[in-house]
Amino acid sequence: MTALIEIKGVRHAYPTAAGPLPVLDGLELSVEEGGFCAVVGPSGCGKSTLTRLIAGLMRPDEGEVWLHGERVRGPRSTVGMAFQNPVLLEWRSILKNVMLPLEIVPNGLKGEAAKERARHLLSLVGLEGFEDKRPSELSGGMRQRASLCRALVHQPEVLILDEPFGALDAFTREDLWQTMHELKAKEPFTGVLITHDLRESIFLGDQVVVLSGRPARTQYVMNIDRSAPANLEELYTTEAAERLTILRHQIEIAQGRVPEEVAS
Amino acid sequence: MNGRLRNVIVPLFAMLVFLLLWEALVWVNDWPNYKMASPSDLWPAYVRYWELFLVMGWQTLWRTVVGLLLAVIVGIAIGMVMGFSRTMRDALYPLLVGFNAVPKATVVPIVALMFVGAHDFNTVLIAFMISFFPIAVSVSIGLSTLEPEYRDILRSLGASQTTIFWKIALPKTLPEFFGALKVSVTLAFIGTNLMEIVSPHGRGLGALFDSGKTNSDYPLMFAVLIALALLGIVLYYIVVGLEKIFAGWAERTPS
Ligand SMILES: Nc1ncnc2c1ncn2[C@@H]1O[C@H](COP(=O)(O)OP(=O)(O)OP(=O)(O)O)[C@@H](O)[C@H]1O
Ligand SMILES: [Mg+2]
Repeated sequence: MTALIEIKGVRHAYPTAAGPLPVLDGLELSVEEGGFCAVVGPSGCGKSTLTRLIAGLMRPDEGEVWLHGERVRGPRSTVGMAFQNPVLLEWRSILKNVMLPLEIVPNGLKGEAAKERARHLLSLVGLEGFEDKRPSELSGGMRQRASLCRALVHQPEVLILDEPFGALDAFTREDLWQTMHELKAKEPFTGVLITHDLRESIFLGDQVVVLSGRPARTQYVMNIDRSAPANLEELYTTEAAERLTILRHQIEIAQGRVPEEVAS
Repeated sequence: MNGRLRNVIVPLFAMLVFLLLWEALVWVNDWPNYKMASPSDLWPAYVRYWELFLVMGWQTLWRTVVGLLLAVIVGIAIGMVMGFSRTMRDALYPLLVGFNAVPKATVVPIVALMFVGAHDFNTVLIAFMISFFPIAVSVSIGLSTLEPEYRDILRSLGASQTTIFWKIALPKTLPEFFGALKVSVTLAFIGTNLMEIVSPHGRGLGALFDSGKTNSDYPLMFAVLIALALLGIVLYYIVVGLEKIFAGWAERTPS
């Protein structure tokens, strides 16, 4: 099978007052069509930079980013993004917020069809009846749900999520994990999820990638078999505990708290 | 009491109390007219000069509004340039601050001399010069503090800068813009009056004030002050009304 997202030998540095700041160095990533890749790594290692590269918002200094067999050279309308901050537009209703990408992308649904599509997605995430509300009238979890709908409304090939659940409380977060699985069953997409929650990474990802500290390189990849429907109970099995132990250890290495030799 | 009625009655009542206190103050102290006219002295002035008040009031009004419109257009343009480009912001900011710091009372006679006779032009110019600064600053701050995620949401879909401006940056800046416009409308009004008072053979309420001064018609001077205050209130509330229409979403409904 060919990979939908393919990142090869990416290096990138930001120009700063104190000279170039290397952020990514030797990043490799490959996500198959329909796959869901969770990326974890120390704070400030370059995870958001990685999402901006995939979205085509910037180009790496070196290396290649491929999407669906095409080299990424700029933004493309086949990408949907959601961030920790839901960034809903306060002057629009929830429905109109979700419809926003359709106004931008070429051949986006228009008129009644666009509304229908947005309503359908909102009902999938349990926001039926909130279409005409303003974002400020919704709770944080609901806003994040709406933001997910907006990211999916134009049926993007790739869904990029940058710590979308990071600011939510633990219960709301677990609710949204379930919602993600439900969405994935009904709306096919290939996803990259940045997270700092290891439980989230093993619950949602079929591949967990650990990045090293800055400048980030791919330090460790864990594949997770996702044949059975997801269930929160999974997180309390010995298998999950073993995975978490491995990942936690890898993070410690990435943070430089444990030397690599000892780990291997 | 019903909300809307209350919104009208309470301020009207406050104004009435103010007028009564004013009247009482003058009466109790037994001040002569040239020290402080009382509201009851103003009435005859309005009755006698009502036509002048209408004509001059209109003069002041339209020149203020034109000056303010210019300030809005130029202010938004400068604000956009500074909001989108860091370099331009660094370059223009000190210039603007310096320009704004110059007391306009000193600019008025210079402008009056520079364009002698062009009274309308001069007045509009001063109204504009005094009022564009808050608009430029608010728009530039509104645009430059736009969280990058807002931009990225649209940019990742291939939206152009213009689309981002119209769909996100502009509407998001509107609350700040109207906040500044409320300051600017009062400033423009002050600018207009400064020019009207200082220019010889001026027009507008400022000129009427000046003629009251030369004729020692003190009640007329006070009457002009009150007329100016009323006009100022009207202009201000027009801006508030526009704000409700275009940026009403920014107002959180108490729940
Ligand atoms: N535009 C920029 N210019 C200069 N430096 C930047 C820029 N964007 C990010 N950086 C720096 O690059 C590093 C990586 O940033 P990035 O946002 O990709 O990290 P991250 O892993 O997403 O961090 P976090 O865990 O906080 O989300 C950080 O040290 C950050 O300060
Ligand atoms: Mg980040």
